Amino acid sequence: MIAWLIEGVPRRGLVALAVLLGALLVAPWLANDYLVTVLIIILYFAYTGQAWNVMMGFAGQLSLGHAIYVGLGAYAAAALYVHYGIGPWIGLAAAIVIAMLCGAIIGFLAFRFGVGGVYFAILTIAFAEFARIGFDHFQWVGGSSGFFLPVANYSRSDLWNLRGSPTMFYYVMLVLTAAAFVLCHALLKSRIGYYWQAIREDEAAARSLGINTFRYKMYAVVISAGMTAVAGVFFAFYYNNLFPEQIFHISRSIELILGPIIGGIGTLFGPIIGAFLLTGLSEAMQELLARRGFDVPGAKQVFYGVCLLLVVMVLPDGVWPWLARRLGLKRQQS
Amino acid sequence: MAAGIYLNVAVSGLLTGLVYGLMALGLSVIFGVVRVVNFAHGEMTTIAMYIAIVLFGAFKLDPLLMMVPVAAVLFGFGYVMQAGIINPFISRPEHSQFILLVAIAIIIVNVLLIVFGPDARSVQTSYAYDSFMIGPLIVDATKVYAGLATVLVAAALFAFFRYTLVGKAIRACADNYTGALVVGLDVKRLYALTFGLGAACVGAAGSMLALLVDATPALGPTYTLLAFIIVITGGLGSMPGALLGGVLIGLTEAMAGLFFTPSAKSMFSFGLLVLVLLFRPQGILGKRLT
Repeated sequence: MIAWLIEGVPRRGLVALAVLLGALLVAPWLANDYLVTVLIIILYFAYTGQAWNVMMGFAGQLSLGHAIYVGLGAYAAAALYVHYGIGPWIGLAAAIVIAMLCGAIIGFLAFRFGVGGVYFAILTIAFAEFARIGFDHFQWVGGSSGFFLPVANYSRSDLWNLRGSPTMFYYVMLVLTAAAFVLCHALLKSRIGYYWQAIREDEAAARSLGINTFRYKMYAVVISAGMTAVAGVFFAFYYNNLFPEQIFHISRSIELILGPIIGGIGTLFGPIIGAFLLTGLSEAMQELLARRGFDVPGAKQVFYGVCLLLVVMVLPDGVWPWLARRLGLKRQQS
Repeated sequence: MAAGIYLNVAVSGLLTGLVYGLMALGLSVIFGVVRVVNFAHGEMTTIAMYIAIVLFGAFKLDPLLMMVPVAAVLFGFGYVMQAGIINPFISRPEHSQFILLVAIAIIIVNVLLIVFGPDARSVQTSYAYDSFMIGPLIVDATKVYAGLATVLVAAALFAFFRYTLVGKAIRACADNYTGALVVGLDVKRLYALTFGLGAACVGAAGSMLALLVDATPALGPTYTLLAFIIVITGGLGSMPGALLGGVLIGLTEAMAGLFFTPSAKSMFSFGLLVLVLLFRPQGILGKRLT
């Protein structure tokens, strides 16, 4: 299994990966609390970016409404916990099932009726916005005034109930990110991954070769939705509060996909690099502006937008393909 | 009397919808020709609203009259944006264009936030509370003027595309990109011109919206979504479709606000959008998808 997974990956790539993982494993001992929370955010975006990448990067289906899966996952697990006392790990199963169902509905409607490209992207926005306004009026989970989990006591980490210190959440997120990385790598190397890439490159050609494009596109949406819902459960238990205006908002969906696009769409490292770059950039900007005493709301975002503009103009394929070439980590063409 | 309320709300929704339709018309023109989805559309609308508000605040200039200069300013903005930034992205994949325009949108929203702050701003004209009475019908004068102006602007745009040489050249680019290059059209410049025209629609619409809605920087993304809904409902790339879509969405939201609660009204527009995408993906007046 492991031999199959690392087959064809250059040695230097494996070493780089081991160094990165080692650094992330020891990070909480070296970093202060602030840095750990920043790292949690980075891993969160690396994870969700990886999940989104399955749909867009692998199968070529542009979703601009991934916030809906985060939100559904978060609300499902939180509601089970608050209303019935069911723990997050069982809630996770429910969250994944609900998000997968939702993904299946969106995918079915879109792919059955031949909705593609820009139209598909806007359909996904429409569903997310529909959910946002719907949850605003869904009083069972607090409606627009928010839904709150009992706040944790940080004295002791309780992994079973996901209550505890930021360090515990950090390791949970690290495990999730690593698992998503391995899962995506395995998917890409399997039959389903090759079918996806065929569909991404030329759907008509893929169909003419006998690939059931409808079925494989459905797999992409459903897997991506299920993976994203896991991040939603984490979000709910880490932040302990949920507002439809925040979690379902289109800016959440956009935030989630900037990382993989900046990092390099369709690559395994892209979402991780992108998350480090964007979150790091945004935090550094915050710090810099605060030191200069330049505390104007919006200034940080303007710089953020300008950086985004520059990256997309200069490196159209994303940072990772360029970096990989520089470091000699490019996988041999087979 | 009860029927009167419904009729009043319907007419008011229809007139507001026309103005939204004009904004969406800009999006439709840009997509129809340049094939780029302008994710900064609502943000450009808020720029126009703020220009109108500043002109009114400083010189007491009526936003209805300022429609033309504001449209001219936005035309320049759109022209420069297309010629300088978007043209190199024409042959890039959709997600690349998407990030580019989202970046522009983020910059616009936050520059407006820095300059004007988060508070809502509005325009108080002398005729803000005037209304026309036609039988049982009471209609805001502002909305009537805005609706009429919209029809005028849209008619001018139709005439431009239909009868002028430049308009015909732009339509040629939309129909056949390679063909347009072959006959020697300067496609890049025509694209910039088209983006400018789309932005000018936004300028005119934004100027009028300053009369109808309180402006905040956060309005941008909302209007971008609204423009998408309208344009897809009516048919992306179809000019009459955008106006029809605007009217439909205006009516739907006004009625939903009356029958249910105003905060849930956009849920009905999204519902309408999903229905249209499923049963007529090309939109009500759109051409067949290829």
